[in-house]
Amino acid sequence: MSNAFIAFQKNDESRCIVEAILEDNPGAMVDDQPSMVKIDVPNRLVIKRETVEEKMGRSFDLQELQLHLITISGNLDETDDEFTLSWNS
Amino acid sequence: MDMKVAKKLGLKERYSLMTRDLAWDTTYQPMDKVFPQTTYEGIKIHDWDKWEDPFRLTMDAYWKYQSEKERKLYAILDGFNQNNGHLSVTDARYINVLKLFLGSTPPLELMAARGFSMMGRQMNGAGPRVACQMQAVDEYRHFQTQIHSISNYNKYYNGMDEFAHQQSRMWYLSDGKSFFDDAITAGPFEFMVAIGFAFEYVLTNILFVPFISGAAYNGDMAAMTVGFSAQSDEARHMTLGLECIKFMLEQDPDNLPIVQRWIDKWTWRGTRKLASVGMMMDYMLPKRIMSFKEAWEMYVEENGGALFKDLARYGITIPKCFSQTIEEKEHVSHQSWIGFYMKPQATPFHTWIPTPDEMDWLSEKYPNTFDKYYRPVLEFFDAQEKAGNRFDNKTAPMNCQVCVSTMKFNEPGDPMEMCFRESIYKGEKFHTCSDHCKEIFDNEPEKYSQTFISSHQVLQGNCEPDGTDVNAPDFKPGQNMLDYWKLDKRALGDFNGSEDQKNFAAWREQATKN
Repeated sequence: MSNAFIAFQKNDESRCIVEAILEDNPGAMVDDQPSMVKIDVPNRLVIKRETVEEKMGRSFDLQELQLHLITISGNLDETDDEFTLSWNS
Repeated sequence: MDMKVAKKLGLKERYSLMTRDLAWDTTYQPMDKVFPQTTYEGIKIHDWDKWEDPFRLTMDAYWKYQSEKERKLYAILDGFNQNNGHLSVTDARYINVLKLFLGSTPPLELMAARGFSMMGRQMNGAGPRVACQMQAVDEYRHFQTQIHSISNYNKYYNGMDEFAHQQSRMWYLSDGKSFFDDAITAGPFEFMVAIGFAFEYVLTNILFVPFISGAAYNGDMAAMTVGFSAQSDEARHMTLGLECIKFMLEQDPDNLPIVQRWIDKWTWRGTRKLASVGMMMDYMLPKRIMSFKEAWEMYVEENGGALFKDLARYGITIPKCFSQTIEEKEHVSHQSWIGFYMKPQATPFHTWIPTPDEMDWLSEKYPNTFDKYYRPVLEFFDAQEKAGNRFDNKTAPMNCQVCVSTMKFNEPGDPMEMCFRESIYKGEKFHTCSDHCKEIFDNEPEKYSQTFISSHQVLQGNCEPDGTDVNAPDFKPGQNMLDYWKLDKRALGDFNGSEDQKNFAAWREQATKN
């Protein structure tokens, strides 16, 4: 099974996004590197708008992820509510 | 009175209305005449509407987020420049990695901007046309922001000002130039595999992720912010490349062998281009976060492996070169650094022998190869330098006809033997650095027999500064290379004793005392 992953620049917004990912993806692994953070999840990683909004305490548009993203791995599917990366293997 | 509030459109609807819905099929001229480039490579497309952009980014959202990224970037650059940023890096040796980056990367971003502008015109479907146009704008942004972020260093340190002149002339910049020249002169679908897959998925994941994280670790806020800002666009670019591959494979089973050959070819070309990034990570960052080998395992072996496994459902197999790239990950960064160390009079950046601590780090990270093959060479050079005999190889290198890397890689399975291959085409002999480059040459010999290799062309009098009379009786080729390259002489030679080294020490002293 391959890992889907996503990496963000470290800042206050991405801290909330990472917290949301950890809550919604059991088995998520955090790799803390200088000025960036990478999260790996076996096979499928999902970011849920609602959870991010809860962590941030404000409404959040998933396309705002663009501002903090560094890299992704996996086939992407994005809707208004979920940003999903997954591998078919 | 009840008010009926229109429900906000969903992402999918918005994307469809703002891209595909705004496109039309031409009627005055048939579509295949308007888009003549998308058939000659043999790729068969039956329904362009099947192309999905999973980011579903519309042009209005694109401008909104990109302008926000730019505002952040330039605010950080201002802070960096106003706060003695040129002195905040760990060690003056670090600045040399920026000199190499400046020569090798922004000019390629510009080529990518040109390439994706062409793709934005050539692709039949509205989905890929919009995505390619966004990518063209992104690449132009990267080209500009990289130059802006490094320009502050150019005020203080040597060897940066002629990078644009050097791009198409310097021996060591030819590998990147040839990568893009090769891609942009191919058809549109091959270009998408070359840049969207090999460059974005294989290369930038190492250059802009662990290398840039390393730049941040070394106190370079300018490179950190510009690198991550660029890479935030690359996530979209990788997705575009991946979608293009899936689209071709889903459209027609006849596309499979063509796509497989491109994946094989461009995985190898990307691998060769990465050798110098390996050296930047292992040798040029005074503080290191991970070795090139570790980065390779994370971003290429595991991540590339995941992609190939995913594409197996279409019949794609792991590229033939993959096992060789895994063997080479323990060698290429050392071979590259030694290659550059040997040419102190031919690059606008300095080289040096790693300190004993740094060599120990390399031994730990490369337990199978460093002590056995590379430490003895570096220690020998070190002893020679201390005895006043700093190594200086004055001969012109020999380059591979395909990847245009200097010949320095080893025979597979035998690190003590240098690898050469040759092919005959129209009665002429052409040299390549590996089985995979030879295969690429043999597949398209008419293309690669025309590669411009400056270290070969110089012998024909084709690399001389303006005004040189190559027909004069006393003309000797290659006597004026420094002028041809416009190399700043202060930027030549070993780091030890360089002007940059002295200035950095003196200015840092001034910055911390009255």
